[in-house]
Amino acid sequence: MWFRNKTPRAIRNPKTSASLGEGLFLKCEGCRETLYVKELERNLRVCPKCEFHFRLPADDRLRLLFDGEKYQTLFGDIRSGDPLKFRDTKKYRDRLKEYEVRTGRPDAVVAARGTVEGTPAVVTVLDYAFMGGSMGSAVGEVLTRSAELALAERIPLVIVTASGGARMQEGILSLMQMGKVSAAIARLGKQGLPYVAILTDPTTGGVTASFAMQGDVTLAEPKALVGFAGPRVIEQTIRQTLPEGFQRSEFLVDHGFVDLVVQRSEMKKTLGTILKLLHP
Amino acid sequence: MTELEGYPDSPAKSRDLARFQEKLLKVSKEIYKGLTPWQKTLVARHPARPFCLDYVRVLLHDFVEWRGDRAFADDPSIVAGFGFFGDRPVAVVGHQKGRDTKEKIRRNFGMPRPEGYRKALRVMKLAEKFRRPVLSFIDTPGAYPGLDSEERGVSEAIARNLYEMSRLAVPIVATVTGEGGSGGALGIGIADVVLMLEHSVYSVISPEGCAAILWKDQSRAKEAAEAMKVTAADCKALGVIDSVIPEPPGGAHADPFVAIEAVGREIAAHLGRLSALPVEKLLDGRYEKFRRMGVWDGAAAAR
Ligand SMILES: [Zn+2]
Repeated sequence: MWFRNKTPRAIRNPKTSASLGEGLFLKCEGCRETLYVKELERNLRVCPKCEFHFRLPADDRLRLLFDGEKYQTLFGDIRSGDPLKFRDTKKYRDRLKEYEVRTGRPDAVVAARGTVEGTPAVVTVLDYAFMGGSMGSAVGEVLTRSAELALAERIPLVIVTASGGARMQEGILSLMQMGKVSAAIARLGKQGLPYVAILTDPTTGGVTASFAMQGDVTLAEPKALVGFAGPRVIEQTIRQTLPEGFQRSEFLVDHGFVDLVVQRSEMKKTLGTILKLLHP
Repeated sequence: MTELEGYPDSPAKSRDLARFQEKLLKVSKEIYKGLTPWQKTLVARHPARPFCLDYVRVLLHDFVEWRGDRAFADDPSIVAGFGFFGDRPVAVVGHQKGRDTKEKIRRNFGMPRPEGYRKALRVMKLAEKFRRPVLSFIDTPGAYPGLDSEERGVSEAIARNLYEMSRLAVPIVATVTGEGGSGGALGIGIADVVLMLEHSVYSVISPEGCAAILWKDQSRAKEAAEAMKVTAADCKALGVIDSVIPEPPGGAHADPFVAIEAVGREIAAHLGRLSALPVEKLLDGRYEKFRRMGVWDGAAAAR
């Protein structure tokens, strides 16, 4: 689910969202040190003092992973319809338009093809800045096409997650995207093509309970929140405070659900090595 | 009517009683025809509604329950096993709720932990191995959102089921009999045919959860149920399910046997057709079924 108001305060903080805010300086979420925004940008949005990973915009992610920062974007014109004519405090249609203006893309996903350390691959990134990276029909369709393209071209698929889960404004159809994407990834696997899941902060709900947990190898950025239910929902259920580090990347490694926590600066190299280990 | 039953028998009494019963039936028929999405949600959660093991008792014989995921524990909120559906040996997986307090707690209100999904997958893989079709019965508020559930990877358990069920090489018929609650429902819900009972619901989040997020007010669940289009008729219109199975007047809990039989007839019809298909065709059909789901547009709309 898209736990829009159920994520911990740190996650909703504008400083950790895709935008770093207006000022020249900001306070690090990790160490409380004052950082120079330009310096933080130069350092891939990782705090030079404590290595806290601020959220990285989807386009920066593609530049980070592809060789020579070059890639061809795909399926960029796919946008969600409004199958339920949904309206809460405002119309879903209007909400989509607002996010399009804000992020410059029609929905919460961007897919691209290029090479990673010499290996051709499709890399598809969820954009948390667009409605919390939530998955509706458009996100499901782009992910499915990404897997189908990787299959057709016999190249690996990489998905970088950052999402609150399924998008409730599209009701049951958003839930079904979990099944649709999973089936496409299963086809890829059956043909012996690698699928790498890279989990970034935050990855929850239906995204975690589908393609985020289906990787042949699962990588995660340090301290990313990764879980099914949001921490507040769990606290309400069990009426206890959750232990420090619960549902963070390192916790998932300890419990056997993530292979490797990788620093942002090392991600391209690590991904490149893994792709060569598995393919062709 | 109860008062009338207390009178000594007479032709006048039985005539009046029959007239009353007819009237009652008519009224409940009308009421149940006009249920709102929120009312249907409440009916779907009715504790007297038939649960998975009720379907098993009526529709199957010689059912043997398989227990445990062979990794951690047995989860009683999902039942799994094999039995004969008519002459045909089948596998069954399904959520199981309880009726009295003790049983409700034992079944964790039908909210599975990862072990439940892993047990279901174990039995489905056995079904594939021995070429038995799978019947899935869906009725859960959702997967259990607890600390232990997260620790043992409930996401991974559901994700694996979606992945494996999408290409399990035997027919799968899933029926939403009560609450189709989110990923916890879909975790045993990938199938060649998905059926829903008339007053069951299927949704991405509970109406209460949706209302809490959208309006910061759980009590607006009624509006959320309407906005999310959770009813069987809605799901049919959105192309998410194959057919809606009518319930007896007053709902499935008013006449469980009739409801269960109706489900059985529908499953039998589909099972016959699916079992005749070559495996490749079956799996392509299942892929295309989910592939089509969603409403989006763009110049590249045609695939
Ligand atoms: Zn810092």
